[in-house]
Amino acid sequence: MSNLTREETEALIAEVLEVYPEKAKKDREKHLAVNDQSVEQSKKCITSNRKSLPGVMTIRGCAYAGSKGVVWGPIKDMIHISHGPVGCGQYSRAGRRNYYVGTTGINTFGTMNFTSDFQEKDIVFGGDKKLAKLIEEIEGLFPLNKGISVQSECPIGLIGDDIEAVSKKAAAAFNKPVVPVRCEGFRGVSQSLGHHIANDAIRDWVFERDGKDAQAFEPSPYDVTIIGDYNIGGDAWSSRILLEEMGLRVIAQWSGDGTLAEMENTPKAKLNLLHCYRSMNYISRHMEEKYGIPWIEYNFFGPTKINESLRRIAAFFDDSIKAKCEEVIAKYQPMVDAVVAKYKPRLTGKRVMLYVGGLRPRHVIGSYEDLGMEVVGTGYEFGHNDDYDRTIKEMGNSTLLYDDVTGFEFEEFVKKVKPDLVGSGIKEKYIFQKMGIPFRQMHSWDYSGPYHGYDGFAIFARDMDMTLNNPCWHKLTPPWLKPAEEAEPMAKAA
Amino acid sequence: MANIMIRRGDKGEYVFYLPKRDLEDTIVSMEFDTPEKWGGEIKLNNGGAYLIEPQAAPERLPYSVRAKRLDAAE
Repeated sequence: MSNLTREETEALIAEVLEVYPEKAKKDREKHLAVNDQSVEQSKKCITSNRKSLPGVMTIRGCAYAGSKGVVWGPIKDMIHISHGPVGCGQYSRAGRRNYYVGTTGINTFGTMNFTSDFQEKDIVFGGDKKLAKLIEEIEGLFPLNKGISVQSECPIGLIGDDIEAVSKKAAAAFNKPVVPVRCEGFRGVSQSLGHHIANDAIRDWVFERDGKDAQAFEPSPYDVTIIGDYNIGGDAWSSRILLEEMGLRVIAQWSGDGTLAEMENTPKAKLNLLHCYRSMNYISRHMEEKYGIPWIEYNFFGPTKINESLRRIAAFFDDSIKAKCEEVIAKYQPMVDAVVAKYKPRLTGKRVMLYVGGLRPRHVIGSYEDLGMEVVGTGYEFGHNDDYDRTIKEMGNSTLLYDDVTGFEFEEFVKKVKPDLVGSGIKEKYIFQKMGIPFRQMHSWDYSGPYHGYDGFAIFARDMDMTLNNPCWHKLTPPWLKPAEEAEPMAKAA
Repeated sequence: MANIMIRRGDKGEYVFYLPKRDLEDTIVSMEFDTPEKWGGEIKLNNGGAYLIEPQAAPERLPYSVRAKRLDAAE
């Protein structure tokens, strides 16, 4: 199917909205838009970061998911207690594939689940005593932990436990940071507020902590940090090597494969490199104001954007870095050319629809375009207007934008637009595969990765080819339903 | 009253940021913009307007300040 015109896309949105009751329709139509690159301000065409409607299937998470799952969880040498009933921690355990180096259970704790396992009596009598005991037990069992964070689940806020007091007491007793995070799931409309709360907790409890500067730190003029890279499938590592080859020194990774010491050192950096704007712009802004560290957004998906980003980063430093930056770009060029030569003919002209969170709905567009593919629809689970401001320029005219799309809308859009590939989360994966549409799970790279950097681009291209050109997509119609002439050669062959 | 943060954008212009709303926008006009007197009524690109109590210009940006909303653009 050829690309839709603006009128056709508008008609499509109207058609999909038709089934809703009047009130729901009015609300949802604000979240669906046809992209128009001439619009400067996204709020003129799309509403975002609003409460999801009851009764429609949303794909969003909660504040706890944003804080424990995204921001705090990957910090490997701290123990993150899921404070509350057991389920929240257990069902989100180790699902995000934040890779890290270390011995789990000895000096790193990334894939483990620590929970206070609230029972009825804890709800009735309060769980503060239990939390204090739990922290004491952790200290006994895992003495190499560098700190503890207490990630509140819903009941903590509801019953009004004073986790701050418990944390302060424990921090003084063990001389380690114990960070209470008020990220109860009911706060906010999506995980986005959880990111904000987690950022604020880092600001208040990590940066402001007494005695954090105990370890020696020798600054260099080329200190940078990677902020908002969660090392999914090794993303941060494939980004880091590029920066290091350029002659920069990466002093911290936030928070994939990150440590508490790295976080504490971040205010000493010369430049903060921000990959996931949505989840960590808060702390970057804070560091800019308080410590005078500039920050820039960068994009390490696909060679075009990588080259652009590397040059932008190099522009902050002296000529030796700029020269090395060109060397790095030249070094990887043959590899990139080989990847494009191999996969572009197989993928060119294919159309993609995305629906993810954070930075990907706009960042991966460049990757697809480098392979000759086109993104015809994109949307954020929990983006804000500033995300859409940045997206409008990346997307083609009269493509679809959908904010917090519901299960129904997304299915209908896919049925009508008929993309060749859908990239979204695990909850959508099997729906679309059963509809016969190739699908990539773009939250954790479908158990592949890394996708960042030049090395990641090679893997990205292979994965897209593997999915799109998989022979299984021709086998969806059983032989007895195929028209006779098609079934004929098969019978002969048998 | 809202806490806002003012910083310099890529082109040297003032950028307004309202953390509570995640609202980021360029400032198209600021009533007073001299080292001695800075602030006053500011107008945003989206049509909104805020009032910063006129004060001495901050030594360094970004700068967090309390501002009064005169006219939001919603």
